[in-house]
Amino acid sequence: MLDLLAGFVNELRNAGLPVSLTENLDAMEALQHIPIEDREAFKYALGATMVKNNAHWRAFETVFEVYFSLRGPEYKIAEGETDLDAMWREMQEQMRQEGDSRGNQGGSLDSLTPEEIAQMLMSALMNGDQAMMRALAKQSVQRFAGMEPGRPVGGTYYLYRTLRNLDLDGMLEKLMEASRQQVGGELTALEERLEKDEYNDRIDQFKKEIEAEIRRRLVADRGAEAMAKTLRKPLPEDVEFMHASRDEMQSLKKALQPLTRKLAARLARKRKHGRKGPLDFRNTVRHSLSYGGVPAEPKFKYPRPAKPELMVVADISGSVAAFARFTLMLVYAIQGQFSKVRSFVFIDGIDEVTDYFKGEEDIANAIHRVNTEADVVWVDGHSDYGHAFEVFWERYGKDIGPKTTVLLLGDARNNYHASQAWVIKEIKSKARRVYWLNPEPKSYWNTGDSIVGDYGTHTDGVYECRNLRQLEGFVEKLA
Amino acid sequence: MAHRFESVQQVRDGLRDVNYLADDGISGVAFLADRLGKPILVEGPAGTGKTQLAKSIADMTGARLIRLQCYEGLDESKALYEWNYKKQLLRIQADRGSDSWSDIHDDIFGSDFLLTRPLLEAITADDPVVLLIDEVDRVEVETEALLLEILSEYQVSIPELGTITAKQIPLVFLTSNNTRELSEALKRRCLYLHVDYPDMEREKQIVLTKVPEVSENLADQIARIVRSIRQIDLKKAPSVSETIDWARTLVLLGIEHIDAQQAKDTLHILLKYQSDIAKASKELSVDK
Repeated sequence: MLDLLAGFVNELRNAGLPVSLTENLDAMEALQHIPIEDREAFKYALGATMVKNNAHWRAFETVFEVYFSLRGPEYKIAEGETDLDAMWREMQEQMRQEGDSRGNQGGSLDSLTPEEIAQMLMSALMNGDQAMMRALAKQSVQRFAGMEPGRPVGGTYYLYRTLRNLDLDGMLEKLMEASRQQVGGELTALEERLEKDEYNDRIDQFKKEIEAEIRRRLVADRGAEAMAKTLRKPLPEDVEFMHASRDEMQSLKKALQPLTRKLAARLARKRKHGRKGPLDFRNTVRHSLSYGGVPAEPKFKYPRPAKPELMVVADISGSVAAFARFTLMLVYAIQGQFSKVRSFVFIDGIDEVTDYFKGEEDIANAIHRVNTEADVVWVDGHSDYGHAFEVFWERYGKDIGPKTTVLLLGDARNNYHASQAWVIKEIKSKARRVYWLNPEPKSYWNTGDSIVGDYGTHTDGVYECRNLRQLEGFVEKLA
Repeated sequence: MAHRFESVQQVRDGLRDVNYLADDGISGVAFLADRLGKPILVEGPAGTGKTQLAKSIADMTGARLIRLQCYEGLDESKALYEWNYKKQLLRIQADRGSDSWSDIHDDIFGSDFLLTRPLLEAITADDPVVLLIDEVDRVEVETEALLLEILSEYQVSIPELGTITAKQIPLVFLTSNNTRELSEALKRRCLYLHVDYPDMEREKQIVLTKVPEVSENLADQIARIVRSIRQIDLKKAPSVSETIDWARTLVLLGIEHIDAQQAKDTLHILLKYQSDIAKASKELSVDK
C-alpha cells in the first residue's frame, strides 16, 4: 500500500502538481480514517489533502484513475496483476459477488449482434440507466476496439475505433427523434434544446465510461507507471500556445477568465498599496491637533502612479494567431488598468482593430471579428514584419507619446523580407517602453528566418511567452 | 478528544436534516476535517453555498458560529485581540498613588483588559464552536500570515500574556472566491474542498428542499434550464442561490410549466449582465 501511494505521489509530482511532504503525510493520516473499500471516499481523502488548486483536479483524476482504477469493484480482469497487495485483494473478495452479477450480464451481452447493442444503448441512454451504460461501455470496448496486448498504440486510437463503430452522433439524432415521437408531435424550441442537452450529457458520460474502460485495460496491459507517463498532460497554465490542441485551447480559455480576474484584482491592489506617496503636510497638521499640536502621526498622499497607454501590435498569421488572440484577450480583460488601449493586427499589411473592442462586451466576439474582418493582407498573406512596421510608423507613429507602452507580439519569422528595424528604433525613441513578446522557445530565436534579435536590440526587452504562466507574469510587470 | 461525526454518511444525513444537500466530496471532507483536526479551505464560484456549508455544519452540530468577515485592511486588532486601553487608562487613574508601578503593570495586562476578537474568541470558547473565516482571499498576503498560527496549532501568542491554547479544537472553515492565489503556507495547513455548481439531479433536490412549494415537475424543468444556461459561455453563470430565487419567482407568479416566453421574461433573475441575458435568450432560441 505504501509503495503504491509513493508511486502515486511521485506521478502527481511528475505531472506538475506541487505535493509537499506535509501534504503527503496528511494524506496518509486521512486514509486511516476512511473506510478503505469506499473508492469515492478514498479519492476525496487523497484529493482534499494533496490537491490545493482546482485547475489541477483533472490531472489528479487522471493519475488516480490509472493508479487505482484496477482496484475498483467494477474491475474483474485482475488475475494477472502482481503488485496488488493483500488489502486490495481482500477488497476484491468482498466485491466478487457484485462482480459476478456484472460478469453474468457481460456474458449475456457477448452473444448480441451490433444492432442489438445499438438498440440497448439507445434505451439505456434514453432512460439514463447508469449500470446498463457501464456494462455496454465495457462490451463495446471489448468488441470494437480490437485491443491486443503489447501493441504500442495510444488509447485515443482505441477510443476512435470504438466510437466509430457506435456512431454516437447518429444516436443523438435518433434519440431526439424518439423523444419527439414520445410527446407526439413537435417540441418547442426550448424543449428541444433541453432534451438535446440532456442527451448530450448522457452521451458524454457514456464516452467517459468507454475511455475509462480503455484506460483500465491499457493499465492492465502495460502497468500503471508506463500508462501514467503516456497520459501525462501539461497543466492548463503550462500548455504552449503554439502547439495547443483543440481541447487544450478550450481549457486555456477557461483558465484565462479567472486568471484575468485575479490579475486585475492584484494590479488594483498593487496600485493602491504600492509605495506610499509623498508627505501630505496639510493632513499631517490637521491630525496633529488631536495630539496637542505634535505631528505624531505623519500622513502621506495617495500615490498616483501614471496609468500607461498601451499599443498592442500583434502578428495574427497562422503560426502565432493563437498567441495573439490570448494576449489581446488578456489585455482587454484588464483594460481598466491602462488609461487607453489601442490594438493593431498585421500579417503583411496592418490594420487598427481598436474599434472592434469598443462597445463590445464579449471579448471573444471582438476577437472573432478581428480574425475575420481586419484588413491585414497586403500582397500574399505571408508575414512581412518589415512592411507592416513601416506602414504602422507612417500612419500611427505620430500617436506614440512619452506615456505610451508599445507591445509587439510575434515570432519575428519574416520570410526573409527586409527587417526595417529602424522603425522599432524610432518607436523606442518616442515611446515610454517597447517590449517584444515571442511565443517561440528561446532556443529557436534567430534560427531560420526568425530575426527577433534584429528587432530586439531596439526594444526594452524581449520576453519568451509560451504559456499562460509566462504571459501572466509579463502583464503584471507591465501595469 | 471525542469526534463530532461517526461516519461520512452521518455527516451527510445530518446536513440533509438542516436543509443542506451535500455530495460525497463535501461530506467526506467535512468528516476528515473533524478527524484530522484540520481547517477546510472551501473554494468555488460565488453563490454555490460555501458560507452556507459552515452555517449548516454549525446548525447540525449545535455549535455556535463565529464569523470573521475578511476585507482589505483587516489587521490583528480586529481579527485576533486588542488591549482595551481605555479601561487600562481608567484602571491606572482609579487608584493613583496607592499601588506600586509593578502591580499596576501586571494588572493592566491581564485577561480582564483583553478584548477578544473572532479568532481568539473561537479558541477560548468553552462551548462547541464553528469558526468561519469568510472570503479569506480579500486580505493582503501579509495579513494571511496572521492566520497561520491559529490554523496549524490552534493557539494564539500574546506577547504580554503568553500563549493561549485552544480548550477544544473548533471546526474551521475558510472560504475563498479565488480572486487571488492564496499562499502555499496557508493552503498546506488546510484540507482543500472545491465546491462547484451541483449536477442537475442535486440542483433539483436543492430547489425542492429550499422552495417546498415548488412541484417536482417544475423543479426538474428549472434544473434542466439552468444546466443548459451554464453550458453557454457567459460572463457569470447562474449560481445556486440565483436558481433558488428563480424558483421562488416562478412559484410566486403561479407558473407550473415554463414556456419560452416566461423563461425569457424571468431570465434577469438568473443572469445579471445584459449581454448574458441577450446571449442566453438567443441560445435558448426563445427569441423566435
